[in-house]
Amino acid sequence: MPTSPEAAARGAMSDRMDLAGRLFAASSVIVLTAGIFMAFVYAPADRVQGDAQRILYVHAPMAWLAYMSAAFLFVGSVGYLWKRSATMDRLARSSAELGLLFTSLTLLTGSIWGRPIWGAWWEWDARLTTTLILWFIYLGYYMIRAYAGDRERGARHAAVLGIVGMVDVPIIHMSVTWWRSLHPEPVVINMAGPNLPNSMLATLLVCFIGFMLLFGHLIIQRMQIESVKDMLEDRELSSLLRGETVSGQPRSRPDALAPDSSSLIEGA
Amino acid sequence: MRRIGALIWKDLTVEFRGREFVGAMAVFALITIVTLNFAFDLSGEQKEASGAGGLWIAFLFAAMLGLGRSLAIERERGTLEALTLCPIDGGVIFAGKLISNVLFIAVVQAISLPVFAALYDLPALSPMVLAIAIAGSLGIAGLGTLFSALVSTTRAREILMPLLLFPLAIPVVIATVQATTLELQGNSGDAWPWFNLIVVFDVIFVTMSYLLFDVVLED
Repeated sequence: MPTSPEAAARGAMSDRMDLAGRLFAASSVIVLTAGIFMAFVYAPADRVQGDAQRILYVHAPMAWLAYMSAAFLFVGSVGYLWKRSATMDRLARSSAELGLLFTSLTLLTGSIWGRPIWGAWWEWDARLTTTLILWFIYLGYYMIRAYAGDRERGARHAAVLGIVGMVDVPIIHMSVTWWRSLHPEPVVINMAGPNLPNSMLATLLVCFIGFMLLFGHLIIQRMQIESVKDMLEDRELSSLLRGETVSGQPRSRPDALAPDSSSLIEGA
Repeated sequence: MRRIGALIWKDLTVEFRGREFVGAMAVFALITIVTLNFAFDLSGEQKEASGAGGLWIAFLFAAMLGLGRSLAIERERGTLEALTLCPIDGGVIFAGKLISNVLFIAVVQAISLPVFAALYDLPALSPMVLAIAIAGSLGIAGLGTLFSALVSTTRAREILMPLLLFPLAIPVVIATVQATTLELQGNSGDAWPWFNLIVVFDVIFVTMSYLLFDVVLED
């Protein structure tokens, strides 16, 4: 393996990322354990909604992370088109995947709550509609990458969609709000908003922090996996270019990696 | 400006000789309008609302059909390479393509609006409805021209095009359907704010696509 200064610097960098990832993981386990306890035991049941309200402690952080992924995706996409750095592309890729996950969970937990409280799995409310459209945009981002074929082209095209999509999301939200405001619907029950009792507010806060830490862990983890994937792909390409066969070694197996990158795999 | 004109002239000449886009798009729009008659009740009290919705579904589908091929056909013929070799920047190619796409959609609308008006007995031929139609197609084509270049390199462009265009064009779809509904109901005053909104969306989408078009043309 090359022992050039850049490689050493990259190694130190990934060591630091590794450490940060572990710290995020450990702290999120602690905070989320407290969060689960608070959500089920400490926080009182809602006077109107009963126990159904407790899903708020998962649903609200999920929605927050879904939109935070959108911000990360935007930063990664702009960064990639500007600097053409592989790290920025990995950031965009990873946040799109987490975005797809968290929008799905937001929609699911919202539906589960909506069924007993609204009496319907779905309402065409502005926030719900925007989240659904965001989910479709994340999906489109994925399909673009899958169909592009070439890695560089996929990154470039996906970055274009990342930018257009994320600029579009607030516009979609505005237009859907105006659309709804002109067609009055049965009054949609508002989430209690700022006048939550302190115990509920504290629980929500703890869950927010816990899930944010989990997000930090996941995104680092994801970026490291993407980085190893890219490394493997490069290695296969260069060995093909040198005319070596890779037939003796199974493709994409961790043991085919050099020792310095195996630490990344262990963390995964 | 003259270069944009030359590009548009080229697209129009090709279309006039080959008739690949407008004919197919117009027939598709008409058949959609007729088919929607079986899906919605277009004779009842709410026919302005469902009619406007149906009309814009037909326009969006027809636009998508043309936009999906707009750049792919250039790539297949190898003329896209020739275009990018010309001493003009991507913005000019974008502007030329955008305007010819809007023109194609406008022709399709000019053919289908009278038919729509006659079939559903709605006042769809007012200047305001025409203005809404043109403004709406500018927004759709603005996004669509960018995505057309983007999907032209991929295998599954027929699948990708609607997947990208439909969710992102929702603001334009909402505004155009609202404006058209209000106009068909004879409520022009309330249609104006929606029309202004379409213009705002047009400016945002066209600017954004113009800025990013170069990046997509790189391969």
